[in-house]
Amino acid sequence: MTDAPLTEIPERVKPSSDALLAKPRRGPRDNAQVIRWILLFLGGVLMVMPIAYMISTSLKWPHEVYNVNLIPDEPTLENYTYVLEDGRFYNWFWNSLIIATLTTISNLFFDSLVGYTLCKFRFPGRTLVFIAILSTLMIPTEMLVIPWYLMSQQFGWLDSYWGIMFPGLMTAFGVFLMKQFFESVPDDFLEAARIDGLNEFQIWWEVAMPLVRPALAALAIFVFLGNWTAFLWPLIVTNSVEMYTLPVGLSGFGDEADVAWELIMTGAAISTIPTLIVFLIFQRFIIRGVVMAGLKG
Amino acid sequence: MQFYRNLTLRQKQIAWAWAFLAVPVLFYTVIRFYPTGNAVLISFQEWNLLGSRTWTGLDNYEKLWNDPEFWTVFVNTFQYLILGTPISLVLAFIIAYHLDKLRFGHAFLRMLYFLPFMTSAVAMAWVWRWFYQPVPIGLFNNLLASVGIPQVEFLNSVDNALPSVLAPAIWAGLGFQVIIFMAGLRAIPVSYYEAARIDGVGWWVQLTEITLPLLRPTIVFIVVFSSIGFLRIFDHVFNMTTNNPGGPLNSTEPLVLMIYQTAFTSFDMGYAAAQTVVLFTILLIVSLLQLWLLRADR
Repeated sequence: MTDAPLTEIPERVKPSSDALLAKPRRGPRDNAQVIRWILLFLGGVLMVMPIAYMISTSLKWPHEVYNVNLIPDEPTLENYTYVLEDGRFYNWFWNSLIIATLTTISNLFFDSLVGYTLCKFRFPGRTLVFIAILSTLMIPTEMLVIPWYLMSQQFGWLDSYWGIMFPGLMTAFGVFLMKQFFESVPDDFLEAARIDGLNEFQIWWEVAMPLVRPALAALAIFVFLGNWTAFLWPLIVTNSVEMYTLPVGLSGFGDEADVAWELIMTGAAISTIPTLIVFLIFQRFIIRGVVMAGLKG
Repeated sequence: MQFYRNLTLRQKQIAWAWAFLAVPVLFYTVIRFYPTGNAVLISFQEWNLLGSRTWTGLDNYEKLWNDPEFWTVFVNTFQYLILGTPISLVLAFIIAYHLDKLRFGHAFLRMLYFLPFMTSAVAMAWVWRWFYQPVPIGLFNNLLASVGIPQVEFLNSVDNALPSVLAPAIWAGLGFQVIIFMAGLRAIPVSYYEAARIDGVGWWVQLTEITLPLLRPTIVFIVVFSSIGFLRIFDHVFNMTTNNPGGPLNSTEPLVLMIYQTAFTSFDMGYAAAQTVVLFTILLIVSLLQLWLLRADR
């Protein structure tokens, strides 16, 4: 950096989620800007093509499926009716929804409770607990699936909601994220509540938690998406078709002999569209949450 | 209750803290630490789930060392990393760099790039698998045929199968990296660029002297995060090659797929556990190495 034109460049500039959503730098819409926009737009169109083709094919009649046109000549919901009447996708959809929802609630509760305790309490063993929990981030899930499977077999958890959910009920990532955000809650607030006679649980739940709502939302998005799309562990722990989650079910469905591609695309669309709709509604919010979780976690 | 009232304020705090931590500490002990130790333990044993567990010392590791399939898998796993990480890093940077320079309509474009991140890997693996089918089924070959280019064997070719499986994995993760890069770019104060412009410094020098050095923490984060992802690739490989797990001549098989098959198809638990220990070691070494390489101020 000896030849740099500036002398006061700091060593590191922390990226931040607030900066991301700041207004774009203003300037004239010259030709270079228009060309840049068009090129980026074409790239963006390319990025959504796989999703667009998945949805378009799920709306096509069998005779049209192998045509490369994106807009179906005669759009039909026939594939959806067929797939949903079969009952299995309906079943898997609910399994995924229930599992992802319950896991998210558990993470929101426990990760923030632990993050809060490690942030705001001084007690013997605090550093040890923090380092121990943080160190689990280094352990890959793949290393744990065999012992989890043996454990599930021993306690009769195989092929049950509990069996699918138990490994993900708490995450070190969530603890770390929430601990970071509780740092910004002033101790004076908690002290004031203590003087008002609230007990420690009430202080956490009624005073501290409402102040970290954006972080809770970011954590919820990550945990829900992660569990909605989780594949390896649900594949291992489930045996019966009724207990499958959407990804496991779709994987088995696609593998059946003679399943038409438009039906596989319909199944894929059913497992993708819900998260896409949620994203389109809460777009700004989700992008900020992802940056927050990605950078602080 | 009488007992609680007699405690000092500090003792009450300690009591509350441990009451809050009781269930989580139990969870981390039973669901994280005990299984980790157990996996290491099983890796020194011979066990097929039904019979008895016998100690075999380092036999599983020796078997792994002499297993040609393991070395194929080892090379494949690193190929995913060595191709995937730089390609996605460069693509994400170029997109983010230009999106950041854009003065209008960038929220809409950002949405387009981010959308794939919200999809399920299994669902999109099946979509891409369909794209890769030969004529008259697959989209890519149909498009090629319509402009008169000869057919390409994607998933059935030893050479093309691995990049074909990798493509949707890169595609799905790109939006996340773009967003992180944009957050990093936006955090660089505009005044640096203004000062550079006044000094008459060109865009290339601005890029290499201001932007890239200041982006180092962002780059470190993205490289480590995506490397770990590519080393653990499984969902895409499994779903794109269910008819022939691991692809032609195991040419797409990554370590996690080998672990899955050893444990849950062959039920060779000891051998599979040894493979998971190897995976853990690789992930640890690669992340520490990258942190060291990229953090060191050179």
